Amino acid sequence: MKVSYFPGCTLNTTGKGFDNAVRASAAAVGLDLVELPDWNCCGATYPLIIDNMLELAAPAHVLVAAQQEGSILTTACSTCYNVLKRTNKFIQEHEEERDRINTFIEAEYAGEVEVKDILHMLRDDVGFEAIADKVQLPLKDLKVASYYGCMVLRPPNEVAYDDPDHPTSLDDLVAALGATPVDFAHKNECCGAYLAVKDESITREMVYAILRSAQNAGAEAVVTNCPLCQFNLDKQQAEMRKSYAGYQPVPIFYFSQLMGLALGLETEDYGWERHYVDARPLVQKLLEGAS
Amino acid sequence: MRVRLSAESVHNELVQRIEEYSGQGLMACYQCGKCAAGCPVAFAMDMLPSQVIRYAQLGLVEPLLESKTIWLCAACQTCYTRCPKGIDLSRIMEALREIVMLEKGSHINYDALTSEEQADWPQQAFIGGFRKYSV
Ligand code: SF4
Ligand code: SF4
Repeated sequence: MKVSYFPGCTLNTTGKGFDNAVRASAAAVGLDLVELPDWNCCGATYPLIIDNMLELAAPAHVLVAAQQEGSILTTACSTCYNVLKRTNKFIQEHEEERDRINTFIEAEYAGEVEVKDILHMLRDDVGFEAIADKVQLPLKDLKVASYYGCMVLRPPNEVAYDDPDHPTSLDDLVAALGATPVDFAHKNECCGAYLAVKDESITREMVYAILRSAQNAGAEAVVTNCPLCQFNLDKQQAEMRKSYAGYQPVPIFYFSQLMGLALGLETEDYGWERHYVDARPLVQKLLEGAS
Repeated sequence: MRVRLSAESVHNELVQRIEEYSGQGLMACYQCGKCAAGCPVAFAMDMLPSQVIRYAQLGLVEPLLESKTIWLCAACQTCYTRCPKGIDLSRIMEALREIVMLEKGSHINYDALTSEEQADWPQQAFIGGFRKYSV
């Protein structure tokens, strides 16, 4: 199945490893991601001021570009997903504002494209069972905490394809890869998002609550689908070692990295060198365990 | 705190702007406190999310404009998801930030970010943060 793919700014730069892993592992399970030609930044936050049409122009422009290519637009960045999905719904439901946006970006778009998160597609269009059938290296005995963050869950009436309080899609994917999902209370708690550009100490406390909860549940690894969550969870751990006695760091994976590993793909361009908590020793252990 | 209320003071110009910018009806809130109970940033706030809306209901907007809270809301939408009255507090927080920034300009010091941070941090953090804290 071919589908239009929006990488977004982060996956095109610091999250390149996430992007490489997503493209390769999606292809390996029969989902061909075709990069949208001439895409632009989605804006990275959904505007919350009621009549802020100008900030909707960028995501609307992406949706218009997607319409030329097909009926579905997918993305792996959960923030891009959130912004594009909400914008699309807004355009569908607000005729007058839609006209203003269309006039501004010189388009005639009424929300025809379906915006679908890649995890949603892996679950419903590919199927986790089909993915499980293709696993070469089951991640046996690996206890994984799935961290969903905010963007694919809230606001539920606009973006959720999973239960906003008890999401399972990442857990089910991880299980399909042969690992053991662990349940923990903070799987949908905010990591602080962009607060770090103002004050990292607040982010650190939020991240600590999340990771302590995951580790108390027995997690040896955390998996996420948001590049900003990955960054916050990963980066704050160096300081956390200093400020919280006895804190043991845990590697933070993108789900696609674990997927590529389990599918037996070549994983060297998955951006391992960018991780703050080195994930390579655990990856090595998994590879050795398989041979 | 003793507050004298009147129809004018409760519906003052700032309250009207909050309602206009956010699209939220402030009077719908019945102070159940669910938003404050679930807010992941509440520990760092000087006013709880439920207090923000209570002050606004009473027309007391100035303390909100001076609060740290409005800059700490991460727009995680947990409060909105749980509010029994369907109030989107993240929009009220954004309206308050907007009122401050339209008068005083952006609320971020770009120079405080080192070149190392600029190279390492995800684009998303910068674009998201800059859009939230600047006009
Ligand atoms: S959850 Fe809603 S009704 Fe309850 S205090 Fe917060 S804003 Fe008011
Ligand atoms: S949206 Fe803001 S106020 Fe509401 S729970 Fe999240 S951080 Fe707290």
